[in-house]
Amino acid sequence: MALLEVSNLTKIFGGVRAVQNVSFAVDAGIVYSVIGPNGAGKTTLFNLITGIYVPSEGQIRLDGRDIAGVAPHELARFGMARTFQNLQVCMNMTALENVMVGAHLRLDRNLFKGALRFPSIARRDAVLREEAAELMRLVGLEAFTDAHADAMPYGALKRLEIARALAAQPRVLFLDEPAAGLNPKETGEVDILVRKVADSGVTVVLVEHDMKMVMNISDQILVLDYGRKLAEGTAAEVRRNPDVIAAYLGTHQ
Amino acid sequence: MPRSRFTGLIVIAVVLAVLPFLLPNNFYLDLAIRMLINACIVLGLNLLIGFAGQISLGHAGFVGIGAYATAVLTTHYGWSPLAAMLAGALGAGVLAALVARPIFKLKGHYLAMATLGLGNIISIIVRNEAALTGGPDGMPVPALALFSFELSGEKQWYWVVSGILLLSLWASLNLINSPFGRALRALHGSEVASQVVGVDVAKYKLAIFVLSAVFASLMGSVTAHYVGFVTPNVADFFHSIELVTMVVIGGMASIYGSVIGAVLLTALPQALAGFEGWETVAFGAILMFCMIFMPKGLVPTLAAKFGRR
Repeated sequence: MALLEVSNLTKIFGGVRAVQNVSFAVDAGIVYSVIGPNGAGKTTLFNLITGIYVPSEGQIRLDGRDIAGVAPHELARFGMARTFQNLQVCMNMTALENVMVGAHLRLDRNLFKGALRFPSIARRDAVLREEAAELMRLVGLEAFTDAHADAMPYGALKRLEIARALAAQPRVLFLDEPAAGLNPKETGEVDILVRKVADSGVTVVLVEHDMKMVMNISDQILVLDYGRKLAEGTAAEVRRNPDVIAAYLGTHQ
Repeated sequence: MPRSRFTGLIVIAVVLAVLPFLLPNNFYLDLAIRMLINACIVLGLNLLIGFAGQISLGHAGFVGIGAYATAVLTTHYGWSPLAAMLAGALGAGVLAALVARPIFKLKGHYLAMATLGLGNIISIIVRNEAALTGGPDGMPVPALALFSFELSGEKQWYWVVSGILLLSLWASLNLINSPFGRALRALHGSEVASQVVGVDVAKYKLAIFVLSAVFASLMGSVTAHYVGFVTPNVADFFHSIELVTMVVIGGMASIYGSVIGAVLLTALPQALAGFEGWETVAFGAILMFCMIFMPKGLVPTLAAKFGRR
């Protein structure tokens, strides 16, 4: 059975059908990419699956459990993590603290134990600090371990979000345009990082505009256009699909 | 780094320890006690406003609940001060918990208006229930007696309030650097990001609102016992604004800023007494000056200037 199964998913905003009857399945351990022209509904699809929006119709199953309309903080418990296209970094915290927040559910979050600084809390935090620093190394941010988030450049913040998501030790990671706004060198690094994450057993679902990256790292690709599913398959299959070519390049009439 | 976090705490402890020996008379000691009480309330409020990013313009209402629970329950019903104080804290906590769910669905200006309304309701109740509260004239409060010991004199009060402040500072420093505190700061930084890592935002907002309300109520009870008299002013809108101003001037999301803000704004009216009738103008001008040149508040601005965050 697939890890993530989406069937007949629809989201209507007023009169706009942002996502219409989209169905697909993601097997565990693969890199699954969602592509499509601007406004195709990619981010909406992400927001539906990760609980930011409530679907108008359709089902979303994670491990066979229906998660449509479940709040984001509940989904985190089921092993779901994500990054955002428009950065959602906590600028009031240090880089390391941002990553530490990712481990929220794995910690003892008791208010009183925290306020009285129980030895168990202090010990766990010390270990977590190391874990977070290790994750920052993994995403190539070792230079920013002591930095405050608001002092970091854009490209670094994009990777900081990935580190934070990984701190949750997710089973499925949703990356919304991790390479957007990055230069080719940085894109190449994110490319390698995504592959590394997938190889460690985390299922990656990716929205990305950088076609080179998508074609490189995806096991499966879903193509959306005007909120509908246009095609699905491997990179080679999608590349040959006439509908996909038409959607991206236009058709001769 | 974790060690240096407490440097400020040690400095404050030393200052508090030597201060009474330097103050010439009880007038200054009284001023110091009022500063310390305000610092405690402002600290709790800063956890809510500065760290969690949720405004409350009705916080004096909770101070009022504590002050009047103490006054009414000890005077009219013969409760022991400790029981009355705890009852007030419980009342403030329950009220905060009840209103938190609907109120924190609101953000920004709307949240400000809702909390303002809450504070006003409490203020109006204590003003109008004259049979119990003495109405606008206020009512006397007996001395704070615990078991057979009765707290009296500025010296004793000073040490007790100093102890409370140091303890609260220590606990607050711990809290903001604990998993709970990081979640709280994260929901301020990006609510949606904190949600997707599993932070139940509504629960955390409720928890910190209740905590700061309970703390405000406890300090309201302490104030009532110390002053020996309560008036509805303790719960009114102007007191709420004063508390928020202390948070902002001292520095949002700054533990030590809470203390500095409370100390300065409690002292300022005294220092400006010489202006005779113009003191409110001077007061306002100083606040404007601070906000224009130090919008982040005193402590964060100075900390940044001297290369420390």
